Amino acid sequence: MTILDDLFVRLRAEKKKAFIPFVTAGDPSLECTSKLLQRLDQLGCSIAEIGIPYSDPIADGPVIQASYTRALGRHIKLKQIFEMVKATAPTVKMPLVTMLSYAVVFRKGPKQFVHEAKQAGLCGAIVPDLLVEECDELAAVCKGEDFNLIQLVTPTTPRERAVRIAERSSGFIYFVSVTGITGERQELPPGLLDQVTWLRQRTTLPICIGFGISQPEHVKVLAPVADGVIVGSAIVRRIAEAEAAGDEAILKNVDELVTSLMRAL
Amino acid sequence: MSSAQLGNPPHASAQVPDPRGRFGPFGGRYVPETLTRALDELVQEYESAKRDPAFQAELDDLLKRFVGRPSPLYFAKRLSAHIGGAQIWLKREDVNHTGAHKINNTIGQTLLTLRMGKKRVIAETGAGQHGVATATACAHFGLPCVVYMGAEDVRRQKPNVFSMRLLGAEVRPVTSGSKTLRDAVNEAMRDWMSSVENTHYIIGSVIGPHPFPMMVRDFQSVIGREAREQCLESFGKLPDTVVACVGGGSNAAGMFYPFVEDEGVRLIGVEAGGRGAKPGDHASPLSHGHPGVLHGSYSYVMQDEDGQTSDVHSISAGLDYPGVGPEHSYWKDTKRVDYIDCRDDEALQAFDLLARNEGILPALETCHAIAKAVEIAKTMSPTQHLVICLSGRGDKDAAEIARLKGTAID
Repeated sequence: MTILDDLFVRLRAEKKKAFIPFVTAGDPSLECTSKLLQRLDQLGCSIAEIGIPYSDPIADGPVIQASYTRALGRHIKLKQIFEMVKATAPTVKMPLVTMLSYAVVFRKGPKQFVHEAKQAGLCGAIVPDLLVEECDELAAVCKGEDFNLIQLVTPTTPRERAVRIAERSSGFIYFVSVTGITGERQELPPGLLDQVTWLRQRTTLPICIGFGISQPEHVKVLAPVADGVIVGSAIVRRIAEAEAAGDEAILKNVDELVTSLMRAL
Repeated sequence: MSSAQLGNPPHASAQVPDPRGRFGPFGGRYVPETLTRALDELVQEYESAKRDPAFQAELDDLLKRFVGRPSPLYFAKRLSAHIGGAQIWLKREDVNHTGAHKINNTIGQTLLTLRMGKKRVIAETGAGQHGVATATACAHFGLPCVVYMGAEDVRRQKPNVFSMRLLGAEVRPVTSGSKTLRDAVNEAMRDWMSSVENTHYIIGSVIGPHPFPMMVRDFQSVIGREAREQCLESFGKLPDTVVACVGGGSNAAGMFYPFVEDEGVRLIGVEAGGRGAKPGDHASPLSHGHPGVLHGSYSYVMQDEDGQTSDVHSISAGLDYPGVGPEHSYWKDTKRVDYIDCRDDEALQAFDLLARNEGILPALETCHAIAKAVEIAKTMSPTQHLVICLSGRGDKDAAEIARLKGTAID
């Protein structure tokens, strides 16, 4: 049993859903990211996703890409991100996972990357550009380290393939709600609830839904079929909007959004 | 060290990639799950088209009557005499419709788009040659077309931007990142993530996720197949040396591939050496980079120790790219192709050399191949033959060359 397995067992026993916020490491600064993680933990978030900035993210929309560009513009390095996580992890109850591009994992070497990530206090990784066919090496390393490799299923994934991905996933399944990149949407696509319900009957892993979730109404609709919801761009946008006003204003802005979304859970 | 490491590198095969898109260790598919189904469909559609005589006949007919193929293999007599070495022959892709080799691929992929029943085309472009070739193919078939182009390249390549618009394409300048080809690829991929159900993405080089590197190579291989036959017709044997420029590497892949198993033919790829070997001053991943992941495949790439893509520089927008096609990485590591680089100033001199000696204005991309080819030709004997892939014409670069020379043309 990994930390994430324990968490979802507990949430299911308590009939609760996970709320999973995403923040970009180093946007606007690593100190601020650390404070944000502590605030999100105090608000009762279940897991936090820490985005590691990458120069050429093809799965990300303009909001998250811009946050990566800002962070890289401040010359944030992987080593500093791991140091920030290491300092922050003991101060929060919620497990921390990372979301990043495979280019970063590959350059470090899968074994070394997972080792360092785990040392820092991360308990899993989401690598959106690593398909199930290409994941053997990283998956084997993760398994040996009790580190979760959270795989993604999308609306264009054929059903038998979705089952194959679920079998290779650990921690939870990240169900991408839309055909497209990360970013806020007004409406959720039709058919999403059916797809999630279908997959749920074929896996015991928790299913969390992300991409495009920004409003309490979205959360209300998704909560009954999912084990959790993931919110990224909407939070990153609130951070960017308040950046000029300083860290306290950022925390307040994010606090308001997360509180309103969690209330709908 | 194991005996395998001590031994010779594996022999380069033409029977690549494998079904998972691997050229040796290179290639593969590193993209979000959202694109998998479309890429699988593309593999199936492409394999069936390849075996379909009707598809091949339509493609051949278009290449002949619309593009103007076969392109000539031309003996550069005055240039050869001026250099004093091997006989230099030019494979004239510059005389194709739209002025470069790019159209060989866009015609093929547009036919595939129609075959798949997709209603819209997107593309990325660097120098604008692929953008113009895509806009041309789309106008020919009546398909809507959006071309992503780095804002810096929009500035450098104004005539091509205007041509694309005249052909009915929408040119979307990309202002993120380095504002060049790499960012245009990112934007096109993002568009495709959202539009994949009804849109085909015509990648312009032998880069990207499987099956693009294989498919673009195959469509471009018409260059090498023709050149090989024309050599036998013109001088009764295969050439001793073949030289082509390499950015993403499509003209080189198309030129080299039909010669891969001709062991006596020396193949040389020329990368953009920019201002010099310092990081950020060039665009030569095969000469100075490391294997890594970029834009959906595993290949040599310019990146830092965290895997972040490095800035690159080249005088030529078409070579200003931090990655390279995975098959070139395979050819490098199997030592089938030698990769060298050529500085900006050497390329500019080659422009004048070909213009004055042969009456041909070559594209700045192609100038890199010419500059190194003449150096190599000098070391060869007059009984030997060297073929340069003259990948494109230089009209599009006239304004940029005037700017670099400090000449006013307005």
